[in-house]
Amino acid sequence: MQTQETYNDHVVRLFLLASVVWGLIGMSVGVFIAAELYWPNIDLNFPALTFSRLRPDHTFGVIFAFGGSALMGTCFYVVQRTGHVRLAYSKLAEFVFWGWQLSCVLSMLTMPFGLTQGKEYAEPEWWIDILIAIVWVAFAVVFFATLARRRIRHIYVANWYYGAFIIAVGMMHVVNNLALPVAMTRSVPIYSGVVDAMVQWWYGHNAVAFILTAGFLGMMYYFVPRQAQRPLWSYRFSIINFWALISVYMWAGAHHLMYTALPDWVQSVGMAFSLILVMPSWGSSANGLLTFNGVWHKLKDDAAAKFMVLSLIFYGAATMEGSIMAVKTVNTLSHYTEWTVAHVHSGSLGWVAMITIGSLYAMAPRVLGQEIHSKKAMEAHFWLHLCGTLIYVIAMWSAGIIQGLMWREIDADGSLVYSFLASFETIKPFFALRWFGGCLVLTGMVLMAWNLWHTASRARRETLEPIPVPTSDPVYGEVETQASPN
Amino acid sequence: MSSRYKYFEAIEKHAWLLGILTAIFLSFGGLAEVLPLFVAANKVEAPEDVEPYDPLRLAGFETYVQNGCYVCHSQMIRHLGFETARYGQHSTAEESVYDRPMQWGSKRTGPDLARVGGKYTDEWHREHLKDPRSVVPSSNMPRYNWLEDKDIDAKRLQGSMRAMQRLGAPYTDEDIEQAAKAVEGKTQMDALIAYLQGLGIKNTPKSNPKAKEVPAS
Ligand code: HEM
Ligand code: HEM
Repeated sequence: MQTQETYNDHVVRLFLLASVVWGLIGMSVGVFIAAELYWPNIDLNFPALTFSRLRPDHTFGVIFAFGGSALMGTCFYVVQRTGHVRLAYSKLAEFVFWGWQLSCVLSMLTMPFGLTQGKEYAEPEWWIDILIAIVWVAFAVVFFATLARRRIRHIYVANWYYGAFIIAVGMMHVVNNLALPVAMTRSVPIYSGVVDAMVQWWYGHNAVAFILTAGFLGMMYYFVPRQAQRPLWSYRFSIINFWALISVYMWAGAHHLMYTALPDWVQSVGMAFSLILVMPSWGSSANGLLTFNGVWHKLKDDAAAKFMVLSLIFYGAATMEGSIMAVKTVNTLSHYTEWTVAHVHSGSLGWVAMITIGSLYAMAPRVLGQEIHSKKAMEAHFWLHLCGTLIYVIAMWSAGIIQGLMWREIDADGSLVYSFLASFETIKPFFALRWFGGCLVLTGMVLMAWNLWHTASRARRETLEPIPVPTSDPVYGEVETQASPN
Repeated sequence: MSSRYKYFEAIEKHAWLLGILTAIFLSFGGLAEVLPLFVAANKVEAPEDVEPYDPLRLAGFETYVQNGCYVCHSQMIRHLGFETARYGQHSTAEESVYDRPMQWGSKRTGPDLARVGGKYTDEWHREHLKDPRSVVPSSNMPRYNWLEDKDIDAKRLQGSMRAMQRLGAPYTDEDIEQAAKAVEGKTQMDALIAYLQGLGIKNTPKSNPKAKEVPAS
């Protein structure tokens, strides 16, 4: 008798655990640095807790550790389910998990102690970068080898986005981090000045594009139809959006450098492509939302679906806002202000965190073979997260616009009306409000950790049965790849 | 299904084709923007009278980077009337040719620093860095008093200079040799202040006197 092939959910569960833990850590750091901006002395004069040293721990912690672990875990889950095949190279997949965790731990432990390249979103020093590159190649091998072995000929669209995420991040990581190592604590980037600025924002922007957008769209394209138990609203449309998104995004990086010493033509190209970008973005957002057509009643008692719907709305809002901010005249107001921070968090708390949380709640019962421990806690988490996000974004949005307007206020004889300090003192109360919003979000995360912990511990008591791979002849078609049961 | 869709279907059914096409589409934007800049950047040369960082200021630059000052301060004055009125003449590409990495920044929790050099005294900077609220009561900037206890790693500094020399900065071997002496007995605080005091002065061509007029803000 042939042994039955089963899905490798072990590594998926590990990633699930890691992303919850990193989410807690990254957001706790976020809440702490938010507090520091209002009560600066709470760093206790300890160098590693200084705002400027700790802030990279927040950005790295939430984007790469929390977001990265969630993306890798769901990617491994989705590629198996949509291909009806077990993950290739189990050992290597395990290496990807531990390698990634090690990279994250090393980064988080070194950056606050001054081991940093000083490149935004790429702070870890060269030797950690090398480790990250190795792990990334392993990740790509596992993913593409699994795709190559799939039993369903047709590659479901979620995998396209995951694939683009893997290829793009690999390329960007290497190009942006090229440097001459000097010591364990210092390396000299091969780019300087204006070229460094362009490379840095080509990277920074596409970290947003391919981690925070394409990767999470992969998650969305699988888990939204799954949770709605309906096929995707339009499969063709999702493919068109894919090619549009990946070919347009890379051009838009220059919108981070408007009116700077970057050549004018690059700025104009960046602006034009940022405007076009709103179309594929709204395309995906609409596609996801319309998938819920006819099953909107599910939202009433399914918090996971609620998270997903809200995430799509925030995705639409943040991308529209982004395109508006990329208009040169608007950017003169928004650049350097808290408005950027508001935009970042409507994208990250609204879109990234919500789609992740929704997907984790959707995936956990399947990989743990258990109903979620408490539906009430899920519901409470949803409202905490939503309120926290709205408070955060509205506070920073107001602060940013006030600040931007005060900076540009010029009286009749052409001199400035407000000092920098005056603008700072005006917006200071909003920092306290933002901190409060962050506390609500963090409380929600704690609730989720508690909930998933109980779900998992019940699963452990009742020993998990591995889930067999359906190996019957696949039928070609869309519905089958999108709504196949486990 | 239309027959032309067949070709498209090939992409949807072959992982390698999908991967390669994705990589190609991704490369367009990056190449189109970054490559011409590489060419242009070779033309951005430091003007004759601008020298690369002297050892103490380079150590200060490294202190600035390693403490993450760039997360709150920009060094890029935009081409806009209200910016130049506040901070001085707009920043040019030449001014950061020796910055690896560049420190343009993206967020102003505090003010721009591109032309802060000479605006305050050394003593003011020392007080301010030790305890910002002693000179600006409402400030939320962190205290960096512990920089006074930190020595400069001369070996590492020489390593950085050598790396920059390899990348084209006009340091002579003698400059590098003497760097250790130049920073002897100095703390990271001293270096940081020297760096700040050079901003907008030492990295700005003398032929551009407007840049040195520091307006009140
Ligand atoms: C509890 C929730 C959170 C709180 C309280 C929080 C707080 C903060 C604070 C205080 C800053 C610094 C802003 C500044 O320098 O003025 C920041 C920056 C940032 N955060 Fe968060 N954050 C949270 C969640 C997240 C999440 C979930 C993500 C991403 C998935 C994220 C991504 C970022 C990014 C990318 C920046 C840098 C923004 C920039 O450079 O403009 N944050 N956050
Ligand atoms: C159509 C899509 C989007 C466009 C055109 C866009 C455009 C922009 C613009 C113009 C800025 C301000 C740059 C500056 O003035 O410094 C910005 C900043 C940012 N955006 Fe977006 N955005 C989009 C979507 C998103 C999404 C979905 C996220 C997800 C989290 C996101 C995350 C960020 C981050 C992290 C920054 C801050 C970078 C920094 O200064 O550190 N964006 N974006």
